[in-house]
Amino acid sequence: MLWETIRLAVQAITRNVLRSFLTVLGVVIGVAAVIAMVTVGQGSSAQVSADVASLGTNMLILRPGKQMMGPGQRDQAPAFRLADTEALKTLAVVGSVAPVSSSSQTAVYGNANIATSITGTNSSYLTVSNWVVLRGRAFSEVEERSGAAVCIIGETVRQELFGNTDPTGEMIRIKAMSCQVIGLLQAKGASSFGQDQDDVVMMPIRALQRRLTGNQDVATISVALAKSVSTERGIREIQTLLRERRRIGPHEEDDFSVTDLKEIASMLTSVNTVLTGLLSSVAAVSLLVGGIGIMNIMLVSVTERTREIGIRLAVGAEAGQVMTQFLVEAVVLSILGGVIGIALGLSLAYFASRMMVIPFSPDPLVVVMAFGFSALVGVIFGYFPARRAARLDPIEALRYQ
Amino acid sequence: MGAPLPVPLPPTPPLIELRGISRIYGQGEAEVRALDGVDLTIHAGEFVAIMGPSGSGKSTAMNIIGCLDRPTSGHYLFNGVEVAGLNRDQLALLRRHYLGFVFQGFNLLARTTALENVELPMIYKGLPRSERQTRARAALAKVGLQGREHHDPSQLSGGQQQRVAIARALAGEPMVILADEPTGNLDTTRSHEIMELLVALNRDEGMTIVMVTHEEDMASFARRLVVFVDGRVARDEPVRERV
Ligand SMILES: Nc1ncnc2c1ncn2[C@@H]1O[C@H](COP(=O)(O)OP(=O)(O)OP(=O)(O)O)[C@@H](O)[C@H]1O
Ligand SMILES: [Mg+2]
Repeated sequence: MLWETIRLAVQAITRNVLRSFLTVLGVVIGVAAVIAMVTVGQGSSAQVSADVASLGTNMLILRPGKQMMGPGQRDQAPAFRLADTEALKTLAVVGSVAPVSSSSQTAVYGNANIATSITGTNSSYLTVSNWVVLRGRAFSEVEERSGAAVCIIGETVRQELFGNTDPTGEMIRIKAMSCQVIGLLQAKGASSFGQDQDDVVMMPIRALQRRLTGNQDVATISVALAKSVSTERGIREIQTLLRERRRIGPHEEDDFSVTDLKEIASMLTSVNTVLTGLLSSVAAVSLLVGGIGIMNIMLVSVTERTREIGIRLAVGAEAGQVMTQFLVEAVVLSILGGVIGIALGLSLAYFASRMMVIPFSPDPLVVVMAFGFSALVGVIFGYFPARRAARLDPIEALRYQ
Repeated sequence: MGAPLPVPLPPTPPLIELRGISRIYGQGEAEVRALDGVDLTIHAGEFVAIMGPSGSGKSTAMNIIGCLDRPTSGHYLFNGVEVAGLNRDQLALLRRHYLGFVFQGFNLLARTTALENVELPMIYKGLPRSERQTRARAALAKVGLQGREHHDPSQLSGGQQQRVAIARALAGEPMVILADEPTGNLDTTRSHEIMELLVALNRDEGMTIVMVTHEEDMASFARRLVVFVDGRVARDEPVRERV
């Protein structure tokens, strides 16, 4: 009889294709939306955590200009000079110092070229911002001091110019400058902002200043504090030193800013938390919408179904058989919708993750919960009206308007 | 034939026995006494026609006899068993195994072919699919619907739907057929064919038939006529032999 009941349920499903389709659609929307959104949200959280971990610890970034300047609000504070970096090195609280300036240029090798960002710095920079030289070597102190025409390239630049071959020892041209590749950086992937961090060429800052920018400016300075130095104390001493060097009066404000990377990290994390929360609420709404869709379809068909139940009871069906049939029907539709929804949600999440360059890490718990909720709605609204109807006297069910 | 039995057998109870049945709809001002103390006894093998003005309680009585509805008061005994003492599932089994109902309003499943509609009672009887289909086809052929097996109700005329409803009641070969105006939508020729079919089932298979009709002509196929007026049995008499 169970087999017969399943057959009856399948018959009922195929008999009203539109109703079945809409029910399934409700489950699909709910399940797919939740899975896609939550998976993407969790992927981006994972990405942010990885990014935060890859930022150096105890690292400060110094910039000319006042604190908290929005874009386009930059004031005319004098740039840093290499002498400032040297002075900073003398502080006991400072571990290592890296001057950073950059310039957008086209790097050329043979027929290949790439528009990229040229960063002038020193080898401390690699350490403080967690870059690993995969092949070749970093700048030597002599090269840094003399501003030798040597460079280290990121994976993206290597792919564009050299493909998979070993770039070390090759000469690339940047503007009028010819520069020897001495190292290859290990790939870092995209940053939280979707920026390709491997699209970079690094050279000693003196080489960049002399050959490309033509000035003595240092755009930013990265400082790693010495171990066991508190961030507050480090910042205080750096501020004192820079105020003195930049001749800022006792009642004047700083004309430079000191940013603690940990602050950025925590800001990123909180932005991401808000974003994930937002995605989750959208997902919850979709789930609700899907659920209401299912509910509607089921309730709209109550009249017709009540009469159907009346007919079945009148020709000799037991209430239990009718309820089993409706339950099986609701379960079959919910499972069908759930499976399609899971497949759709995971594919959406997969492609979105690929596009946003974040890890794709579906959470089985979310999959199960989304499926469970939709299936529950489907079953409740498929089954309970049926149960009510099956408990009527057949004649009442037949008369139901 | 044979020697007379040494002891008389206990009398078999009537198949259907209504004693003082009332059915009241609504309450207070809006109270309607659809049935008001009906006594009616029908024995196995009878062919009874029920007539009476519209609203006299014919359908109400049929629903109670068919165990689709419960009386407000009175006793209904089916084959000697007090129906009020049966639970829902026992009533379902009673309907399933003994009764075939033809509704005044057909009550076919929508979007379901004629064949599947006719098969429906046999599904609950637990007949195998192949046998159900054979019987359903035969029943549809008997009511003149061969070739319409795969049409669903929306593709059938009122008379055709009525005949599907008749085929559904017949196909399971129930002990009793309860037909509420089974020829209400049929022309005279068709009506007579259906009546001949019922007469044959009653005569050859011993099926008990209770039929509501508005037409004297149809009632004359039966062997007993019961007339309802205002929820009471006003007349109960044998039908004169048809000429
Ligand atoms: N569900 C109901 N609720 C209230 N009153 C009802 C209900 N069903 C029937 N009645 C009333 O009961 C009375 C008998 O109805 P019933 O359907 O038995 O009449 P009938 O003899 O079959 O009439 P017809 O020949 O028109 O089919 C009528 O007055 C009707 O209005
Ligand atoms: Mg009636």
